[in-house]
Amino acid sequence: MPLEAKNLSFRYERGLPLVLENIDFKIEAGEVLALFAPSGYGKTTLAKLLAGYLRPCSGEILLNGAPLPEKGVCPVQLISQHPEKAINPRWRLKKVLEESGELREDMLSAFGIEKAWLERFPRELSGGELQRFCVARALLSGAEYLICDEISTMLDVITQAQIWSVVLSEARKRNMGIIAVTHNMHLARRIAHRVFDLEKREYI
Amino acid sequence: MKKLNRRAKTLLLCLCLGLLLLLVYISGLLIPEEAYAPDFMAARLSPSLRHPFGTDTLGRDLFWRTVKGLSVSLTVGIAASCISAVAALFIGIAAAVGSKRVDGLISWIIDLVMGVPHTVLIILISFVMGRGLKGLLVGIACTHWCSLARLIRSEVMQLRAKDYVAVSRRLGKSGGWILVNHLLPHLLPQFIVGLILMFPHAILHEAAVSFLGFGLPPEQPAIGIILSESMKYLSAGLWWPAVFPGLTLVLIVFLIDKLGDNLRRVLDPYSAQE
Ligand SMILES: Nc1ncnc2c1ncn2[C@@H]1O[C@H](COP(=O)(O)OP(=O)(O)OP(=O)(O)O)[C@@H](O)[C@H]1O
Ligand SMILES: [Mg+2]
Repeated sequence: MPLEAKNLSFRYERGLPLVLENIDFKIEAGEVLALFAPSGYGKTTLAKLLAGYLRPCSGEILLNGAPLPEKGVCPVQLISQHPEKAINPRWRLKKVLEESGELREDMLSAFGIEKAWLERFPRELSGGELQRFCVARALLSGAEYLICDEISTMLDVITQAQIWSVVLSEARKRNMGIIAVTHNMHLARRIAHRVFDLEKREYI
Repeated sequence: MKKLNRRAKTLLLCLCLGLLLLLVYISGLLIPEEAYAPDFMAARLSPSLRHPFGTDTLGRDLFWRTVKGLSVSLTVGIAASCISAVAALFIGIAAAVGSKRVDGLISWIIDLVMGVPHTVLIILISFVMGRGLKGLLVGIACTHWCSLARLIRSEVMQLRAKDYVAVSRRLGKSGGWILVNHLLPHLLPQFIVGLILMFPHAILHEAAVSFLGFGLPPEQPAIGIILSESMKYLSAGLWWPAVFPGLTLVLIVFLIDKLGDNLRRVLDPYSAQE
């Protein structure tokens, strides 16, 4: 079940310059691909396109040869760079997780999510703690591909390692593909099988 | 601790105001008609202990007439603003969620309604509906939803652009589910405050239209009617039929306005933390 972008171009509004131009790449199920580019090169934009949040101006995104489904749970899930925006501030965190599926004890403890946090509101947790909820939510949805948009930039090294190890082991278990967006080459080389450089348009 | 105190104080104030309004409303329902029946032996009495607001030219006790009148005003106010607010909620959401056409049509209607002075529009509608309570209610309900509908429209637009709503959609949630779970909890405080702030407007319009003779029938003890009758005798030196009912109306309207303002402070999660 490959996920591929074919000849993808995108601009935010008519009249603005193209953010992405003729992008081509492909990721196989079970593969971990790092997407590497300096700030402002359209990494987040590409991530949103791949997860169906935005529509390309030209070109197409194919999952297993077919366009992404419009309705139902999207098999490609995006984890945003900004966890505090991706969570409804009026919801208790328990509800945030339940929005995507049944709670799983083993996953909560693997992410270091404490029981007490589930009853709290988002403003009562730190950004890093919220990010774990976003990652857990994406995993609970049963996605086939996970796009992680700089999910670990706000975390300390130990938490970063902890979260990535959970995500990667879950990915191995389910043969899930992962696109890790980052501008940290060190991290990219450590977790990914291949690294795609958006600036030079090549695998390195 | 201090923060909690302020919140608690506001809530207490709201509770007291609510109780007072309830008291006026219920006593208006319960007082027997004899309390404000004409009594020619006691006509034109100035305020005293027996008649705190005095009596009018027919000898009717003005205090009880005022209470009864306020109770009628409150009924009209509650009914009209509830209808109006619910309509505003639906119309606002429809404008935000619907197509460009629907949105354009709704904002055209809003501009139209807001372009005509409320009092004139209420008189027109009330006249067409055959005056009386029904005409007045419909008239007030039809004219007061506009600004709340606009507020709700822009609020829904903002909410729909939020990341967590986009995430919810990608998690396969339907539009209805998102409306109920993501949007309505945000809209509820706005809705309640809008409803309460609409209330004094409705009461004042009711009084004004009745005063002008286009609203409630003259035999009904409504504030507008009392005031309009009192005008005739003002030049004869009867000041109390105008002053006391007028002042209580102003007081009640002021209290409800305060209630709305305070409630906004309690319900709004952002200023609630101040
Ligand atoms: N909503 C938007 N409307 C218009 N232009 C936008 C919008 N979002 C982003 N852009 C522009 O698109 C370009 C790419 O932005 P994007 O957020 O994808 O970069 P990025 O690679 O994720 O950067 P960073 O590493 O800082 O997150 C930027 O030049 C930005 O100004
Ligand atoms: Mg980005």
